[in-house]
Amino acid sequence: MKRMRIGAGLIVLAILVLTIVVGAILVATVGRSFFSAGNIRDILTGMSVLGLVAIGQTLVILGASLDLSVVYVMSLASLIAATTMAGSPGNIVWAVVLTLLVCGAIGLANGLIVTLLKVNGFIATLGVGLILQGVLNTSFRGSAGQVPSEFQLFGATGLGPVPISTIGMLALAVLVWLLLARTRTGAHLFAVGGDPAVSRLSGLSTAPPLIVAHVVCSLCAGLAGLLLASRLGVGSPTVGQQGGYALLSIAAVVLGGTLLLGGRGSIWGTIGGVAIFAVVDNVMSVMQVNPFLKDVVRGLVIVAAVAVYSRRAVVRRRARFGPGGTRTGGDAAARAAAPEMAAATASLADRSEVGGGAVR
Amino acid sequence: MNALRTLVSPRGAVFLLLVLLLVAVAVLNPNFAEPGQLMRYIQRVAPIAIVALGQFFVIIAGEFDLSQGSLITAQVIIAGNLVGTDDTRTLPVLALMVVFGLVVGLINGLVTTLLKVPSFIVTLGMMLALLGAVMWWTGGAATGNPADSFRQIGRGGVQGVPLVGTIPWSVLILAALLAAAIWLTRRPYGKTLVALGDNSRAARYAGAREWWIITRAFIISALSATVSAVLLVGYAGVHPSVGRGYEFVAITAVVLGGVVLGGGRGWIVAAVAGAFVLEALFMLLNIAGVPSTLRDAVQGVIIIAAVAYSGVVFRARRTRAPAAPPPPEPVPAHSQGTIHTRGDQQ
Repeated sequence: MKRMRIGAGLIVLAILVLTIVVGAILVATVGRSFFSAGNIRDILTGMSVLGLVAIGQTLVILGASLDLSVVYVMSLASLIAATTMAGSPGNIVWAVVLTLLVCGAIGLANGLIVTLLKVNGFIATLGVGLILQGVLNTSFRGSAGQVPSEFQLFGATGLGPVPISTIGMLALAVLVWLLLARTRTGAHLFAVGGDPAVSRLSGLSTAPPLIVAHVVCSLCAGLAGLLLASRLGVGSPTVGQQGGYALLSIAAVVLGGTLLLGGRGSIWGTIGGVAIFAVVDNVMSVMQVNPFLKDVVRGLVIVAAVAVYSRRAVVRRRARFGPGGTRTGGDAAARAAAPEMAAATASLADRSEVGGGAVR
Repeated sequence: MNALRTLVSPRGAVFLLLVLLLVAVAVLNPNFAEPGQLMRYIQRVAPIAIVALGQFFVIIAGEFDLSQGSLITAQVIIAGNLVGTDDTRTLPVLALMVVFGLVVGLINGLVTTLLKVPSFIVTLGMMLALLGAVMWWTGGAATGNPADSFRQIGRGGVQGVPLVGTIPWSVLILAALLAAAIWLTRRPYGKTLVALGDNSRAARYAGAREWWIITRAFIISALSATVSAVLLVGYAGVHPSVGRGYEFVAITAVVLGGVVLGGGRGWIVAAVAGAFVLEALFMLLNIAGVPSTLRDAVQGVIIIAAVAYSGVVFRARRTRAPAAPPPPEPVPAHSQGTIHTRGDQQ
């Protein structure tokens, strides 16, 4: 079990290294340095927003659900933060708390719809996303609010080449990793995502882990929205949707080796997937690829990388029967016993013919 | 009585919802009840319904096709740029579009089945790649204006029909495709597809050639998007935004029709009815004067409510079923026939 998880991570790492090597060579051909401090800062900055969203998305996907509403949560978060701060540094704390409260409530709604009303996560979050879109359209026309410069520092400063936002993202990843690896809720989330029926029969209440996953996912999206607000200086009702973060974050999670069907995966794989996207995007920006062509490349990279990965993932899923399965050796034993069985049947048949119904 | 139970059952809920919505529209706008207006309504639904038809085959097999919207966009742009003003090019370009659709579906299907990439990811990649390629080609602006003969497919119709006046081609195409699709779901192919969606391992052990069956479902889906694109060229014109979001509309329609995401359960007629419900909903919101900004929100609430309703009712029926004496008439009687549930595989 442990060996297999390392194997999964290794593949993501290998793809990442391959991407970096190819990227570095490509960047070198246009006479730029891939490993310059500025470029590394660009890559790490590019990782932070998608990373925040993908961390939350990982939890939801582990629970065999999806969250398509993250983009609208991000836009809403940026707007709530910017309008509440209204340019005054004194409001920062209150604005952040209010934003996260609203986002947590949205996540709670998602989780309750998925668990109590038994609406498929895809449809539930699509619907909640539409509702949020309506709210955004009704309440805001264009950008609004003003973020004080102190808050903008959050998105702009860094320790050496490492932006603070990326450090925050990685710290959050550690927290979520602890949640998954060290807490009961985390273990239950894996169980519920793997097989809800079996977890229920094992005595788990299946709803709470999934609700927690949805709440955390929306909180992560809220943080991503705060980060975007700090970068833009204002709140925008379309900033999330424009980035296409919902589908990209799902792609990053799957790229990181998490099964879309839930129950298997890791947060570090997701970070690896996000890093792969960031490197590919960075290389294309440096090489000044046509922005529309970038989408083509992104699409191809997603499919190709997951194709490399999923051959492995299929093997990773233990076979239920046969060698290595839960009934180890069952088939072999049956095959070995076949001659004896045949002989026994034959002798029974013989005896019944000879003895005339002596068989009990 | 039985009919009433069917209507409140998840399978019939979509029809009940459709009737309620249409009645509401007719009350608010009495003109709507005229046959000609109804025809125009069906004409508007046709592109969505056809895409939903294709999506049904993919979803019933337990997969997703997110590339439909981008494929529509790509096909619309192909038509707009290649047909030009030359009427003689209409047929060759139509053939090219069909081939392009086939190839896209084939790639989606083969990558999903042979490379074992989840279809969500495959078609997401296809969606990004197609849309990016189209935007790269056109620069994001509306280009091309196909010949009138091409546009007539989406616009024109059979003239001079008594009672309704004109029957648009798109309505006839939708009817023909729906009939073909119903036929297909009753063929061994359709049954195998449901079996694969319900339990792919069991279906494989039973001898289903999974890769080819699933791949054909993706091809059907891509071809449906192609047909829809042909209609949209005439109806909506040529612009890189045509078709955007259709994949989500199609999935929503199919799910509204009671088809289970994850596969194995659903009825194609209900899936198409889901498309009609969505369009009726848009129309109602329009007529009722709901501010355009709030329409998304209302749509979201209704989608969640409809799916939650059918889910809750379905669960109630399932928990009630075992309590009934062994195979009594009522329960099997109205799960028989049109809907393909676990029970009627044999």
